[in-house]
Amino acid sequence: MVTSTTPRDGAGRGWPVRAAGLIPVRLRRIGLPYLLILPAIVLELLIHLVPMLIGIWMSFLRLTQFFIANWSAAPSAGLANYRVALDVNTAVGGSLLRSFLLTVVFTALAVGLSWLLGAAAAVLMQGSFRGRGLLRALFLVPYALPVYAGVITWSFLLQRDTGLVNHLLVDQFGLVDERPFWLIGDNSFVSLLVVYVWRIWPFAFLVLMAGLQNVPEDLHEAAAIDGAGWWRRLGSITMPLLRPINQVLVLVLFLWTFNDFNTPYVLFGKSAPEQADLISIHIYQSSFVTWNFGSGSAMSVLLLLFLLAVTAVYLVATSRRRDHA
Amino acid sequence: MRIRKLGYMAVAGALALAATACGGDEGGTGGGGSAGGATTITYWASNQGTSLESDKQVLQPELDRFKQETGITVQVEVVPWSDLLNRILAATTSGQGPDVVNIGNTWSASLQATGAFLPFDDQALTGLGGKERFLGPSLAATGAAGQPPAAVPIYGMTYGLHYNKRLFREAGIAEPPKTWDELIAAGKKLTTDGRWGLAVEGASATENAHHAFIFGRQQGAQPFDPSGKPQFASPQFAAGIKQYLDLMAVHKIVNPSNAEYANGTEAVQDFVTGKAAMLMWQSIATSLKESGMPEEDYGLAPIPLPAAGGAGAQVNGFVAGINLAVFKNTEHKDAALQFAKFMTSKQTQQTLNKAYGSLPTVQDAYDDPAFETPVIKTFQQILGTTAEPLPQVPEESQFETLVGTAMNGLFAKVAAGDPVSVEDVTAELADANQQMTTGG
Repeated sequence: MVTSTTPRDGAGRGWPVRAAGLIPVRLRRIGLPYLLILPAIVLELLIHLVPMLIGIWMSFLRLTQFFIANWSAAPSAGLANYRVALDVNTAVGGSLLRSFLLTVVFTALAVGLSWLLGAAAAVLMQGSFRGRGLLRALFLVPYALPVYAGVITWSFLLQRDTGLVNHLLVDQFGLVDERPFWLIGDNSFVSLLVVYVWRIWPFAFLVLMAGLQNVPEDLHEAAAIDGAGWWRRLGSITMPLLRPINQVLVLVLFLWTFNDFNTPYVLFGKSAPEQADLISIHIYQSSFVTWNFGSGSAMSVLLLLFLLAVTAVYLVATSRRRDHA
Repeated sequence: MRIRKLGYMAVAGALALAATACGGDEGGTGGGGSAGGATTITYWASNQGTSLESDKQVLQPELDRFKQETGITVQVEVVPWSDLLNRILAATTSGQGPDVVNIGNTWSASLQATGAFLPFDDQALTGLGGKERFLGPSLAATGAAGQPPAAVPIYGMTYGLHYNKRLFREAGIAEPPKTWDELIAAGKKLTTDGRWGLAVEGASATENAHHAFIFGRQQGAQPFDPSGKPQFASPQFAAGIKQYLDLMAVHKIVNPSNAEYANGTEAVQDFVTGKAAMLMWQSIATSLKESGMPEEDYGLAPIPLPAAGGAGAQVNGFVAGINLAVFKNTEHKDAALQFAKFMTSKQTQQTLNKAYGSLPTVQDAYDDPAFETPVIKTFQQILGTTAEPLPQVPEESQFETLVGTAMNGLFAKVAAGDPVSVEDVTAELADANQQMTTGG
């Protein structure tokens, strides 16, 4: 490897001598892309990384009510905040673990259902028929609505006495005698799942629909001539070609769902019922309940580490599978 | 050459963006700015009336008068109770908040401990007309004993039993209940198809915690020991909370749907619209007026006391009320203090307390006959004899949120028809207690 980055070398390739004299060619070539993404990097640092680092710093402080007005005075907590969060025998650690497991179950169901709905709708709407454009637009409405507007409407629908859901179930169809609660108690998990899937499945639909545009029509035609049925073509042509799309889609859905704060917060108010106590809102609530923001930050850092680990394992596993394929 | 230029432009662009991103903070600090030489302060008011909008309408004429007198514009935002404490905490933590804020007086010591508020030292109090002007119990609920108040009282309040005289008459009940058993018996008589004996705000942590304190005290509990350490997990406290939950669980005089009521106005609405015949609440004057419930139908009595001579305390309310605090990092300290003076002045005190049906916190405001009504007299009598202040200790707010939130869950269980025993309540309280001690 020759690394001849002398000015003369650069001049020899026809660059103006003055410019070449200041920046070596090789560096110039390598440097340009970095220069172009520099604004993005700076903003990324400002908007995401700096708050994240502050959060990590906070997690090592005893940032209680006596210090929140003046953080610099907060004494170091060492690893105490992490010990409390991870000690499942205490009320704090125990409820964090319960909330974590609940979130795992919720995420698995929500991602699975959203993907299934999105894939089904995208595949079924692949062929052209009258009204397809209208349906596509209609399906995207939940995703296009502002989260707050969509979810607050659900919370009205789900109220026990005045909600539309109970009006239909009890008064109109008479399916149940006793008015069920949807926003508190055991049903709150189902409510949250339905609202969340309603809100997020159009994204899966949108991405898969875009992915399907890259599946060549002639492959399907050839397979059809060879006698492959609709299901066979779906399993042997469409799905394998969608694999790279699915890989990213599932990861993104997983991260969003696991982290989701807005849906439970708007649906239940600041204290979610324990049956629907997803981890983001749990962390928020436990910081604001005890006014101990150090402890809340420690929980957030643990969540971050978990998500990073899952993402890394997932990416390694899926790309290895693709290599073998 | 072109490449270098592009590079420079990229760097310059990034720096410019970064600079504007930082510069964006300037306007936000303290929430106020100076426009054309006139000062503007921001004020977060608590939700005293039927809605955020109605509060604004009550306050605006007073704020206009303040502007006429001082030239200071007050930008008011009415914050619902479910958000107020978290908003104040966020403002404290970030240093980005209003200049002046209303707080529930029971939070005073907790917020005082954060150091977010400007202490009202003797000099500042003299500016408001002196300590002696204020009512003793209200002034005591402005922070920890021995420290200058973190806030000044503006509305005084306590709990009472509101009842619907017409519904009582129709059910053949001559007078409001004097004992807990009488209350339950009356509630059962009043509970008929589509109507309930009593309404509660079952998913409001604040309301639940207040009732936990009142009935816990009636059973002889104390949330904090004399040194200020939390001690929630006592059988007496659990018994007090169960006494309250049993209105729905055992006696069935409360609509199970009330377990969903969270925003602090729904139970009041049920009462003023006749869906419930009784309500244990602070003043509901504005809701009464807006609902059009006839004045002669409405009555107020003290919440029944426990039998004298038992283990419990003769308590049926606490020193409730609203305090006004000034954020320490305000850029408009003088304007904020002028506003505090205005809000505690005789005229403003009379106007606003009349509108909200609350009690003035300064002696000189009581010469108005509007504060001679039976309802106000009853509130005053409760406040003067059987109301106890909530402990003014730093952990008081956490007590309200932790115990109140635990009670939200218990109400949800009760509403679903699950039995809740004293042991269940004690277990929840033990969890709350543990969270408080590991959290602190």
